[in-house]
Amino acid sequence: MGSQGGFGQSKEFLDLVKSIGEARSKAEEDRIVLTEIETLKRRIAEPDTTRRKMKEYIIRLLYIEMLGHDASFGYIHAVKMSHCDSLILKRTGYLAVTLFLNEDHDLIILIVNTIQKDLKSDNYLVVCAALNAVCRLINEETIPAVLPQVVELLEHPKEAVRKKAVMALHRFYQRSSSSVSHLVSNFRKRLCDSDPGVMGATLCPLFDLITIDVNSYKDLVVSFVSILKQVAERRLPKSYDYHQMPAPFIQIKLLKILCLLGNGDKQSSEHMYTVVGDIMRKCDLTSNIGNAILYESICCVSSIHPNPMLIDAAADAISKFLKSDSHNLKYMGIDALGRLIKISPETAEQHQLAVIDCLEDPDDTLKRKTFELLYKMTKSTNVEVIVDRMIDYMISINDTHYKTETASRCVELAEQFAPSNNWFIQTMNKVFEHAGDLVNSKVAHNLMRLIAEGFGKDDDTADSQLRSSAVESYVRIIGEPKLPSAFLQVICWVLGEYGTVDGNYTASYIAGKLCDVAEAHSSDDTVKAYAVTALMKIYAFEIAAGRKLDMLPECQSLIEELSASHSTDLQQRAYELQAVIGLEAQAVENIMPVDASCEDIEIDESLSFLDSYVQESFEKGAQPYIPESERYGAVNMSNFRNQDQHDASTHALRFEAYELPKPTMAGRSPTVSSSTELVPLVPEPQPTYPREIYQTPSVPSVSDTGSSEYKLRLDGVQKKWGRPNYSTPAPSNTNSDSHKTANGETQRDGASNVKSRARDASYDSRRSPQVEISPEKQKLAASLFGGMSQSKNKQSGGGHKASKTTNRAAEKTHMVKEVTTPVQPTQDLLDMGEPTIASSIPSVDPFKQLEGLLDITQDASAQSSGSVGATNAPDITSFYAE
Amino acid sequence: MGIRFILMVNKQGQTRLAQYFEYLTIDQRRALEGEIVRKCLARNEQQCSFVEHRNYKIVYRRYASLFFLVGVDNEENELAILEFIHLLVETMDRHFGNVCELDIMFHLEKAHFMLEEMVMNGCIVETSKSNILAPIQLMDKAS
Repeated sequence: MGSQGGFGQSKEFLDLVKSIGEARSKAEEDRIVLTEIETLKRRIAEPDTTRRKMKEYIIRLLYIEMLGHDASFGYIHAVKMSHCDSLILKRTGYLAVTLFLNEDHDLIILIVNTIQKDLKSDNYLVVCAALNAVCRLINEETIPAVLPQVVELLEHPKEAVRKKAVMALHRFYQRSSSSVSHLVSNFRKRLCDSDPGVMGATLCPLFDLITIDVNSYKDLVVSFVSILKQVAERRLPKSYDYHQMPAPFIQIKLLKILCLLGNGDKQSSEHMYTVVGDIMRKCDLTSNIGNAILYESICCVSSIHPNPMLIDAAADAISKFLKSDSHNLKYMGIDALGRLIKISPETAEQHQLAVIDCLEDPDDTLKRKTFELLYKMTKSTNVEVIVDRMIDYMISINDTHYKTETASRCVELAEQFAPSNNWFIQTMNKVFEHAGDLVNSKVAHNLMRLIAEGFGKDDDTADSQLRSSAVESYVRIIGEPKLPSAFLQVICWVLGEYGTVDGNYTASYIAGKLCDVAEAHSSDDTVKAYAVTALMKIYAFEIAAGRKLDMLPECQSLIEELSASHSTDLQQRAYELQAVIGLEAQAVENIMPVDASCEDIEIDESLSFLDSYVQESFEKGAQPYIPESERYGAVNMSNFRNQDQHDASTHALRFEAYELPKPTMAGRSPTVSSSTELVPLVPEPQPTYPREIYQTPSVPSVSDTGSSEYKLRLDGVQKKWGRPNYSTPAPSNTNSDSHKTANGETQRDGASNVKSRARDASYDSRRSPQVEISPEKQKLAASLFGGMSQSKNKQSGGGHKASKTTNRAAEKTHMVKEVTTPVQPTQDLLDMGEPTIASSIPSVDPFKQLEGLLDITQDASAQSSGSVGATNAPDITSFYAE
Repeated sequence: MGIRFILMVNKQGQTRLAQYFEYLTIDQRRALEGEIVRKCLARNEQQCSFVEHRNYKIVYRRYASLFFLVGVDNEENELAILEFIHLLVETMDRHFGNVCELDIMFHLEKAHFMLEEMVMNGCIVETSKSNILAPIQLMDKAS
């Protein structure tokens, strides 16, 4: 078909589109658009514009907004166009309105009436156009205006209408779940619709509903499973096929739903095993869409109650993803691995080298995903390596959003798994140094508290060592330029509290440093305030200790400068400092005791010390204090707010005619009697409007609490029946040790010994720089994943599983050994000392055998997927071919 | 809500179609489009077709000079979205016959109509090409 526009497009329009298309720069494009705005402003207001012409103008307005300019002068014409009788004009009008206006725009009110009319139209295409508009334009207030008609349309004979009506209801649910809470059963009904399109659309609202409240939909598990089975067996019309896969997008949505329903529910999960297994086997691995379904299946397998067969299949699929040349598949593989390790931690070990490759890949997306995986598998054994890597990455990126995220992850991991105080302080220093202004201010306070209180053990020497090492590192860092404010605050506070405590530094040395900070950051009042207060502490401790005070000249001038500061806070601190210095030792010691930050200050919340004063005042005739919440005015205010949320529709615009006013006396008497009733806000015609109706939305929350109880019970069931190593990974869980079988125990102990030795070796060798790349990678692998296997060992794994992974790991070492030059310490990293590969592999399950077969196809797929991009782009040559 | 926006942008960074499923002001859209396009243009063929941007994940695919970009939230299956883009292109192809950038520019409203059939409330609701195109063909006949 000609790309030169169809019939009915004027030369003017063609020229505009061409000139925009040929614009070589943004500036040129802007110039074209600005001229166009001027032209349109003139033309659009002309009285005798034909409707076809107007449609073109509206599309030109779309261009103006799309290219980033304001076209609000034409909005009203788009609204008018939606009133047209002609279908194409009406739909264009609606389209423009949905693109121009957000749901709270003033003009929406002009269109609600048109929508109401169109929803009743005989032409189903008009109804569809109106339902499209409903999904974009109707807000909470206008829902009641169209709700009855939308509900009626759920039964419309045309499937296209039913589908859009379902989505309109979905939209109402998104906007205001309470307004349609009595209608959600309609979604269940439409799931059984005879048309697959309606059924497919219904999965969207059901997914949302199930996300919020799983337990009310457990009865649908069987239905979803049977639908999925039918879809996978190609029972749906051919037109839903995509690249030879039957209705893949519906399959994916169903798998997502099963994922929610089967989570922590053994009974529901058992219904799913067969169909999920079938789907995983049927996936066409040569196409993206096949892999998309496979990925979704892995997500499902990782979320539902564990099934060993499916987990093995998922692990195999992941290894295919990771081995693929396609970065997209690697990315999906890393993500899937992050999900699967939650129930099967040993999977990660098989892929350690692949993971490290992804970590070092120049592709930032892949790298970031891999860090997410590492974050998920951090243990106390590998925290140092992982956090070090994360910090390096954090330093290397510029994007504030991800810098913040990475920094807070580092802090979180460090707080959770820190192996030593010293490491913790060093790590926090690095994080603060490079992202101090991005991390939550709470982190700074946590750090100060940690330094003050230690790690909560009653070990005073350890605590004072921690403080000393903090002081020492801060004294070193403090001179560096461009330290973030939050970090400087921590430094000042720590130096003030503990700078001179251990006697390593003299008061004047610390004071000098603090003055330097205040001077270097003269524009940052917070840092200056911290510095001055720290100075005060330092000098106070000196006076209290009976030493002669010897104030530095720069300190003197700083204080003088601050006493005249514009900031009253700084001024006050400066004056306080001067006052404290003038006092004698005894007084100073009382004002500023050493290490006072750890003292618990008791707060008398009821202000009981004022009781006698209050009593006295009462006796003199004073009025008692009325709390704010009990005062009359406040009642109204807070009630108003509550009401506003619950029954917004009472005050909302109404689109039906008002009823005739009832006799006022009858209605009004109850409202007057109770002072909490809001007389002026309740619409006059129906003063006794039953508020209870609007309480219904609270029902879901009730069942919610019920559901959490239910969940708890399920957990118990899971522990009892499930294989012990699938219970949620808790590395230090001593309880699980009791599940150990004697057989498994010996095996595991042997393995863990080797493993821990290997880890030690790797740490040692890490310090000596190596030139070879692959041993380094291995070392990294060992330090990252060594912890994994150890935690696995703690978790009483099943005997078969353990031996299988050993074999795989052993296999891997063999492979690796061939490639690398023999480096002594790395050699036994992964070797668990069971070189019985040949004998054990044949006994493995059919999935394992399948792996070999599929590997071949996988290679083929990698090749063909490369060419898919080329062949699938049907239009490369025709683009710009005029 | 899965899909947050769908963009078509050419390699000069000029927007050819934009559909947002959550409200952003014109300035916010302009800024967002600029940042995303810069990020995607900087990437090569071997790298992932996914980019994280603020709290969106962008899935993109290039057809000759035109980039199709879909912004999704975190829980979406990226590979499926990548194929959804291709489904969209196949659908446009069926309607326009060897679709090209200019087809979309001259028939902007039709491209939007197709999207309206395929995606509602940020969810993929229709993937059958004949169902997607039926109303558009009927409209063409009527006018």
